[in-house]
Amino acid sequence: MASNEEILAGLAEIINEETGLAPDAVQLDKSFTDDLDIDSISMMTIVVNAEEKFGVRIPDEEVKNLSTVGDAVDFIAKAQA
Amino acid sequence: MSTATLRQAPVHQHSRILGIGAYRPSVYVTNDDVCQWIDSSDEWIRQRTGIVTRHRAPADVDLIDMAEGAAQEAIAKAGIEASQLGAVIVSTVTHPYATPSAAALLCDRLGATPAPAYDISAACAGYCYGVAQADALVRSGAAEYVLVVGVEKLSDFIDNSERSISFLLGDGAGAVVVGRSETPGIGPSVWGSDGSKWNTIGMTHSLLDVRDLSEEAERDGAGNAAAVLGTEAKIWPTLRQDGQSVFRWAVWEMAKVAKRALDAAGIEPEDLAAFVPHQANMRIIDEMVKQLKLPESVVVARDIADAGNTSAASIPLAAHRLLQENPELSGKLALQIGFGAGLVFGAQVITLP
Repeated sequence: MASNEEILAGLAEIINEETGLAPDAVQLDKSFTDDLDIDSISMMTIVVNAEEKFGVRIPDEEVKNLSTVGDAVDFIAKAQA
Repeated sequence: MSTATLRQAPVHQHSRILGIGAYRPSVYVTNDDVCQWIDSSDEWIRQRTGIVTRHRAPADVDLIDMAEGAAQEAIAKAGIEASQLGAVIVSTVTHPYATPSAAALLCDRLGATPAPAYDISAACAGYCYGVAQADALVRSGAAEYVLVVGVEKLSDFIDNSERSISFLLGDGAGAVVVGRSETPGIGPSVWGSDGSKWNTIGMTHSLLDVRDLSEEAERDGAGNAAAVLGTEAKIWPTLRQDGQSVFRWAVWEMAKVAKRALDAAGIEPEDLAAFVPHQANMRIIDEMVKQLKLPESVVVARDIADAGNTSAASIPLAAHRLLQENPELSGKLALQIGFGAGLVFGAQVITLP
């Protein structure tokens, strides 16, 4: 099970690979769409890669509720618990 | 009691695609045209979808006209006469009559009457479903030559102000003739459905709703679709999708299906000359190529940039173009996969005609 810091770092890595965004730009309070400019298709790619990396399932209907990086970290942490 | 032995049709071991045809309608709708109807930009659409233009049929060109154009080319290239066709299969979701079928009319227009003729409703997988059936009909001895047409006039079923799918869609037709072969030409079809996702792509409402809404409109003098349906829908049903869910399914689930089709055919990715996926979205195509780990030597069909998403027509249209631009691909192996509303999917490795 990964700590929240490890989940954040892992997400930053996945986001960097999908969008080229610098890992340190990925902060808990950042909005995927408004701050990081991640579109719905990239978001799905990130979600699927995160599922694989953290061994969790993030259902489609849940993806719509993940507006900030912090939301995603919390969801993954809870799903791993 | 009779001692007669029942005779069954002789089985043939192999089938292949003998000829391919295409019909591309004359009107090109650019992203700038689309941006008159939705708040978007050429750059946004290109980046999200890879689409630059989509071709659409003018009002005086109907579904059967397009199907006929593609079919005639496929029949000519197969080197047969229409009268030799043993079955005519039309895959479409935009034939505007629940009955009779588009295939029966097409069959007669082509001069193939009285060949059996029927439509398949399998949306963007319709062409691969048709090839699966044609392969089975030919090898079982039920028909010597089978025409499979994927044709759509999606522009009749879109709402230009809608953002989930309408701007992706185009019109067109692609056709193939499948017949007997001395060598294997169509690998095992990996096909299926997942009706638990019935609601993710499809029409806004049913024909029964159209009836009720029309009656209401006649009664009240003005249609109040919103009150009846509880939505902002218009009387005429149009296509919608939940793009995000469809994207996930299309890439990760369909990559598994594509791999199964390769395994079933005993083919490795490096044995392929071409990959012809349903032209739904360039980013789905790119991501699938990545998931399948296709080597650079595999030519990937990217007809979507000019054609848009033409549902059942997209694979034969894309294959037709690949062969026009790369004639050396003829006789080589291609992996084709269709997936869409239902949800339904179909894939097979084929020898390009």
